[in-house]
Amino acid sequence: MIRKKLSNTVLFHAVVCAIGFVMIYPLIWMFFSSFKESSLVLSTVDHLFPEKWEFGNYLNGWSGFGGTTFTTFFQNSVIVTVVSVIGNVLASAMAAYGFTRIRFRGRGFFFICMLITMMVPSQVLVVPQYIIFNGLNWVNTFLPLTVPEWGGRAFFIFLIMQFIAGIPKDLDEAAEIDGCGKVRLFTRVMMPLIKPALATSAIFSFYWKWDDFMGSLLYLNSPEKYTVSIALKLFCDPTSVSDYGAMFAMCVASLLPVIVLFLFTQKYIVDGIAMSGLKA
Amino acid sequence: MANKSQMRKNTLLGYLFIGPWLICFLAFTALPFAASFFLSFTEYNMLSVPKFIGFSNYIRLFTQDNLFMTSLGVTFKFVFISIPLRLLFALMVAMILNRDSKAVPIYRVIYYLPSILGGSVAVSVMWKYCFSKTGVFNSFLNMLGIPCNISWISNKDTALWSIILLFIWQFGSPMLIFLSGLKQIPRSYYEAAVVDGAGPVKKFFRITLPLLSPIIFFNLVMQMIGGFMVFSQAMIITDGGPMNKTLVYALYLYRQSFAYYKMGYGCAMAWILLVIIGFFTALVFKSSSAWVFYENEMFDGKSNKRKGRARRK
Repeated sequence: MIRKKLSNTVLFHAVVCAIGFVMIYPLIWMFFSSFKESSLVLSTVDHLFPEKWEFGNYLNGWSGFGGTTFTTFFQNSVIVTVVSVIGNVLASAMAAYGFTRIRFRGRGFFFICMLITMMVPSQVLVVPQYIIFNGLNWVNTFLPLTVPEWGGRAFFIFLIMQFIAGIPKDLDEAAEIDGCGKVRLFTRVMMPLIKPALATSAIFSFYWKWDDFMGSLLYLNSPEKYTVSIALKLFCDPTSVSDYGAMFAMCVASLLPVIVLFLFTQKYIVDGIAMSGLKA
Repeated sequence: MANKSQMRKNTLLGYLFIGPWLICFLAFTALPFAASFFLSFTEYNMLSVPKFIGFSNYIRLFTQDNLFMTSLGVTFKFVFISIPLRLLFALMVAMILNRDSKAVPIYRVIYYLPSILGGSVAVSVMWKYCFSKTGVFNSFLNMLGIPCNISWISNKDTALWSIILLFIWQFGSPMLIFLSGLKQIPRSYYEAAVVDGAGPVKKFFRITLPLLSPIIFFNLVMQMIGGFMVFSQAMIITDGGPMNKTLVYALYLYRQSFAYYKMGYGCAMAWILLVIIGFFTALVFKSSSAWVFYENEMFDGKSNKRKGRARRK
């Protein structure tokens, strides 16, 4: 009996590790390829490890194209992402609080509106949005990428609402009896309590914005404004690329912030997804 | 009277809190939504004023535009293969991982990693070189003793499959959701089933699958909506080729709107996409009563969906 259990456990770990390894292998391959000599990247696919470690790939890649380096692209991405995430989380928390804890006329109607926005494909909105931003002279600035994020996102509003619903209403009432207004109640009492939901929203907001390709493709059209995603796409274009080592080096560099954040925050992510059924 | 002024105060406060969302909703969602509908009946290239042309865009799409039909076919094929397979894989892995072991959290992280990275440009580029002629996938096949030197991404029969595989690869989030769903199924059900002589297959079809069906259903809807909108992967890996075999709907829509500047035409395409997504969502919802199973039905035979839904949270 014990022996059967043991062999069962061994089998479990063997199967899970094998599947996991196959899944992660492309990423591992890309990582090691970024240290191979450029001419050997595609001809030595069956050797995982580079014969000679070529750290120069990162320097070559970093110099970017058209006189603009990846320092600029990363800076742009960081600005766009940070500004978006702050606005996104703040507005989502405010809206979630408003919808759950304040009874006002029109609440039901706008709540339904918010739910519907989750179902509307972005393609429906993209052309008029472009016309609007073009009319505002916002094209080739970061504004089309950041300003809409200051309205929050339905997914996060919904996630935070679920979290607020789990906080007893007595708490609000007690605070109000003590003379605490709704605004202060929100900033002083509610915000600290919903931190886990805010963290989950912030993390996903970061991923989606960092990876966002469509927005940068549409609205940014000069290299000094490019974010990492669009810069990487152009850098890796099959017609222009010849330095495969540098190409993979920049791919790895662009994933690094995401991977680091993921490793530090995976608990929030795993719990957050399990809680809400969020898509990602 | 005090009550009335309280109400008014609350309304003001309410709009204060939802204000940022409301402004952005009106400006960047509601207005574009209406404008898009209007533009779909016009000819518009951003230079001149929109010219009203009635249903011409729609008529042309269905009668003269071969690429429209091609892209529709490609997208259907993509969605109806990749999403069920993704969910199937997610369920399979979730069931394997559903056991008490200290290593499970580590495995969860490894399996979830591709989903976190999957939408990025870097992974699409990586995928492209993994499935090229001299890529990792071929070297893997050769290692297994299957000689193969086709380029998966530029062969017209396999190109779409390489993108489908990229989507299946990102099965992380449904897996996590299934895993937490599996954890909520009381062990006593399985124990009772074993006492009654049920084998693993029967346990799966009679206990696991019915009890997970609400979660599967929710994921099916959300993932399908996402699947219809696939864009950047198709653009970066194959750019619609070879021979338009991977020209997904969103990519064709993008080209019409922003490469040829036929913006009215693009809007008409977007509205057709909206109708398609709405149709399939409604279909899944409608059919759900036949196969979505809420736990209390098991005991009192009556469907009490509200309660079942509440439990799911």
